[in-house]
Amino acid sequence: MSSATYAEEQSMVEPLAERPMHHAREARPREDAHAHSSPTPVGFWIYLMSDCVIFGALFATYAVLGGNYAGGPAPKDLFEPGFIAIETALLLFSSVTFGLAMLRAGKADTNGTLMWLAVTALFGAGFIGMEIYEFNHLIHLGAGPDRSAFLSSFFALVGTHGLHVTGGLIWLITLMVQIRMHGLIGPNMQRLGTLSMFWHFLDLVWIGVFSFVYLVRLI
Amino acid sequence: MSADTHHAHDHGTMGQLMIGFALAAILTIIPFYLVMAEVDMARSTLVGIIMGLGAVQILVHLVYFLHLKRSSEEGWNFFAAIFAVIILVIVLAGSLWVMHNMNENMMPMHEMDQQIEQMKSLQSQQG
Repeated sequence: MSSATYAEEQSMVEPLAERPMHHAREARPREDAHAHSSPTPVGFWIYLMSDCVIFGALFATYAVLGGNYAGGPAPKDLFEPGFIAIETALLLFSSVTFGLAMLRAGKADTNGTLMWLAVTALFGAGFIGMEIYEFNHLIHLGAGPDRSAFLSSFFALVGTHGLHVTGGLIWLITLMVQIRMHGLIGPNMQRLGTLSMFWHFLDLVWIGVFSFVYLVRLI
Repeated sequence: MSADTHHAHDHGTMGQLMIGFALAAILTIIPFYLVMAEVDMARSTLVGIIMGLGAVQILVHLVYFLHLKRSSEEGWNFFAAIFAVIILVIVLAGSLWVMHNMNENMMPMHEMDQQIEQMKSLQSQQG
């Protein structure tokens, strides 16, 4: 509805434009078949790739410093594979439930979308809760980030990932409020699409964390 | 309405989501099993398997969850991803290589300890 008034304004500003905007776009079917009308998904993807480089630097730091225990505890003294497995499962489930929310949104089912987003938020909150518990536990054991280079790089990498998930959770809850207020309108669909990319990306980074930070060091 | 049709096609289907979930679950369970069951294998083999399965799972997530295709967004996403991978390889391999080289060329800790001991004994003889 807003596009019609926008197009009218456009034709008033530019009397030479023969057709409103959305008609002009339909005249180019090749581009329309593939591309979004908005550059946001590409831009957000490029942001994710730059975030990937940040995580790459933190992984490299852990790879270099991960063996420097300074006489302190080693991974085998601190990490519990069963605990990490539950964290991993929570994050993977949340990724799948977000996918289910996207499918409901594609069918314009507002309540179904909100329901699956709420389930995603619960799994995400469970993950963050477990991570806070783990960090707190380690610090109480005297294995905080100040204990050794290994633990500094561990807390920097896993903490950065946790901050991203926390940010994603805040975004998720904000978006749920917006969807409840305005429904699955165009801008909300776009936000849902970008948050979906962000959320799946964080699960992707976690694959690197559980393999390289935890499991490999527990052999 | 236009937003729906624009977005519907690149968020996959239920089938894709479930295939992705099944593959991701299998690729997660195997490495955890290998570590938790303390499977009797050479350490380097286990490390190789775990890292390999992790790399495969990252691809599974890219294809089935993030729907990365060569054609998505006219190739921009794909080439941005390739660029990021190149940077990652340079940062990771470069850091490990440089730091390994530096460690090789440093005096090993036990030799340094021996020299300190020798100096101490010399000092005590003189003193």
